Amino acid sequence: MSNLHEGATMLVSNFVLPNDLHVHWSMMIVLYPYITGLVDGAFIIGALYYLFDVKTLKPVARFSLLFALAFLLCATIPLLLHLGRPERNLNMLLTPNPSSAMAGFGYIYAVSMGVLTFIVVFVYRPDMVELKQRSRGVVKLICRLLTFDCDDLSPRAMNLDARIIKILMGIGIPVAAVLHGYVGFIFGGVKANPTWSTPLMPVIFLFSACVSGISAIVLAYIVIRKITGKPIDGPCIVTCIKTLTGFFILAFSFEMLEVFSHSYLRSGYHHMVAGLLNGPLAESFWLWQVKICSGIPLVLLTVMAFIKLRQSWYTLLAAAVSAILLLQVFIMRWNVVIGGQLMSKSSRGYTVFHPEWFDKEGIVTVIVVMLIPFVILFVLGKIFPFWADERKAEC
Amino acid sequence: MKITAAPPELDRRAFIISVLKGSVAGSLLLIYPMGGGDASDMLETSEMAGLPEEIPGIREQPYDIHAQRFAFIVDITRCIGCGSCCVADKREYNVPDGYYRTWVERYTKDFDDQVWVDCPNGGLDGYQHPRSDIDIQVRDTFFVPKLCNMCRETPCTQVCPVGATFTTPDGFVLMDSDRCVGCGYCIQACPYSSRFLNPVTKTAEKCTWCYHRVRKGLLPACVEVCPTGARKFGSLNDKNSEVYKILKGPGVLTVLKESMGTWPALYYLGARLEVI
Repeated sequence: MSNLHEGATMLVSNFVLPNDLHVHWSMMIVLYPYITGLVDGAFIIGALYYLFDVKTLKPVARFSLLFALAFLLCATIPLLLHLGRPERNLNMLLTPNPSSAMAGFGYIYAVSMGVLTFIVVFVYRPDMVELKQRSRGVVKLICRLLTFDCDDLSPRAMNLDARIIKILMGIGIPVAAVLHGYVGFIFGGVKANPTWSTPLMPVIFLFSACVSGISAIVLAYIVIRKITGKPIDGPCIVTCIKTLTGFFILAFSFEMLEVFSHSYLRSGYHHMVAGLLNGPLAESFWLWQVKICSGIPLVLLTVMAFIKLRQSWYTLLAAAVSAILLLQVFIMRWNVVIGGQLMSKSSRGYTVFHPEWFDKEGIVTVIVVMLIPFVILFVLGKIFPFWADERKAEC
Repeated sequence: MKITAAPPELDRRAFIISVLKGSVAGSLLLIYPMGGGDASDMLETSEMAGLPEEIPGIREQPYDIHAQRFAFIVDITRCIGCGSCCVADKREYNVPDGYYRTWVERYTKDFDDQVWVDCPNGGLDGYQHPRSDIDIQVRDTFFVPKLCNMCRETPCTQVCPVGATFTTPDGFVLMDSDRCVGCGYCIQACPYSSRFLNPVTKTAEKCTWCYHRVRKGLLPACVEVCPTGARKFGSLNDKNSEVYKILKGPGVLTVLKESMGTWPALYYLGARLEVI
C-alpha cells in the first residue's frame, strides 16, 4: 500500500450497513420494467406498420397490439404486489408528490393504456361490426360499445379510421417511449446508488425494452403459427429480425458503454461497481447477460444478416435468437435492480439476495404474474382475431 | 343510420357535466379518509411538570416553527461504543429486531492502514470484546454512531411519490406512516441507509431526532442516555448551547458523504478520513 495515501485506498472488508442487509426491491421490481418493456417493444412493431407503413409487418401488426394490451393490463400487478400498503396505491394518483419520479407512473400508465385501447378498438372496428351483426345478447352489447355503435364500413369511414389510428399511433410512440424511459429514470434518478445514477439508464431501458418486445412478438408469432399449423410469413420475420438487430446493437452498445464509463471515469465509487460486476454479479452479468445471452444472439444475427438461409432455418434461428434475447433482457433487469441493491451504501461490502419460492414477491408469484398476460391474450384472441389473414379465411 | 340531431332527453353536455361532477365527488371521497393529521395540539405550549427543560427556549411559550433551528453533533472522539444510545432508541420506538434507526459502527485499523468495519446487531449489545473474526495487529479502534442526517437537500423527501415523508419548517425530516404506501423508494434514495421498511407496519421508518421529545423541550433519547456526551443536540437559537458553540467555533466539523450534495444537519467532530 502506498504510504502517501493513508486511508484513501478502500478496503472492501464486506461491511454492510445494518439496514442494507435487506434487498427491498426484489423480483416484482425486476418484473415491472420487464413487462412494460415487452409492451413498448410490441407497440413498436404495431407502430412500424400502422404509422410508418412497413407493409411486410402486416401479419403481426394486429397481434402485436393485442400482445401489448395484454401485458399493459398486467403492468401494475407486480407493483401492487410489491407495495407494503397496496390498499393505499391510489394515493399516488390522488395526492402525488410532484418532485417524485415515481409519482408520474399512474398518469403515464393511464395515458398509454387509453391510447393503446383506442388503437385496438379502431383497428378491430370492422371485425367488431361483423361480429355485432352475427351475434346477439351480451356479445352484441359489447360489440356495440366497442364500435361506438357505428356500423359504417364505407371506404370514407375506413379512411377516417386509418387516419385516427395514425394519429393515435403518433401519440402512442412518445407515450410508450416516455413510459419506459421513465421506468429507467426511476432507477437513473437515485443518486445514492452508483450503478443506477446514470443518464444512460433511461436510454438503456428503452432500447432493451424494444429488444424484448420485438423478440416476444417474433417468438409468439412463430410458436402460435406452428402450433395452429398455419404458415409463417417469411418477409415479416425478416423485417422483425432486422429491426430487432438494430435495437439490440443499440441496447448492447449502451449497456457496455455504461460499464466502460464507470471503468474509465473511476469515480469515488468505482471500486464498488467493479467489485460488484466482478464479484457477486460475475456470473449473472459477464457470463449470462454478456457472453451467453448477448454474444450468441450477436453471432446468430450476423449469420442471419449475411448468409442466405432456407426459410425454415431462418425461422428456427429467429425463434432461438428471440428466446435468448428475452432471457437477456430479463437478466439485464435482474442485474440492474437486484444487482444494484447488493452494494451496501457503506462502500465496503455487498449483501446477498435469496429469492424465495413461496412469497408475495417469490418465484411462484413471478411465474403466475407472467402467465396472467397470456391468459388475457387468449381471451382477447377469442374476441379480436390475432392474424390479418383469419378474417379473409373465414369469409 | 345517420344521426342528424340528438334527442332532447340525451343532452350530451349535461351528461358530461354530471360525469365530471361525479368524478370530482368520488375523488374527494377517496382523499378525505386519507387523513392529514391534526396538528392543533402542537400549537399548545408544552408544560412538562417535573421534567427538566433540556432544551431551553421551547417550553412555556408558543413554538414558532419557522424560527427554530437545531443541530446534532456526533463527537467520535468521545464515543466508547457502549450501545446505550441504540438501546434507548429501540425502546423509545419499539424498533423491530434487525432494523435500526440508529446504530454504532466499529472501525478497526491495522498497521498497514487497512480499515475493518463491523456493526454486529447495530451495536445494540455494546462493543464489549475485540473482534475475533479477523487476524490483524490492531493499531487503533474507534466508534462511529450513525443516525438520520436530516438533509437540507433531502433525497428521500424528493422521491416519495405520495408526500408521506416531508421536511418540517424547523428542519426535521419526518414520516407520516398513515400515508406511506411502502414502495421503498425513499430507502433506495437515502445515501446513508437510515431508512428501512418496518416489517410490522409495512411502511418506511427512520430516525426523527425524537421530534416529539424536542417539541417538549427534551433531548432526543439517544442524546439523553449517552454517558460520554458523544451525541450532542441543541438549539442554534440558544447561543449558550453546546452545539452552537461547536458549530460557530474554530473546530473542524465534517458531514457524511458531502459529495452527495445532501447538506446534512448532522455534523461529525473528529471523524477520520475512513468514515463514510
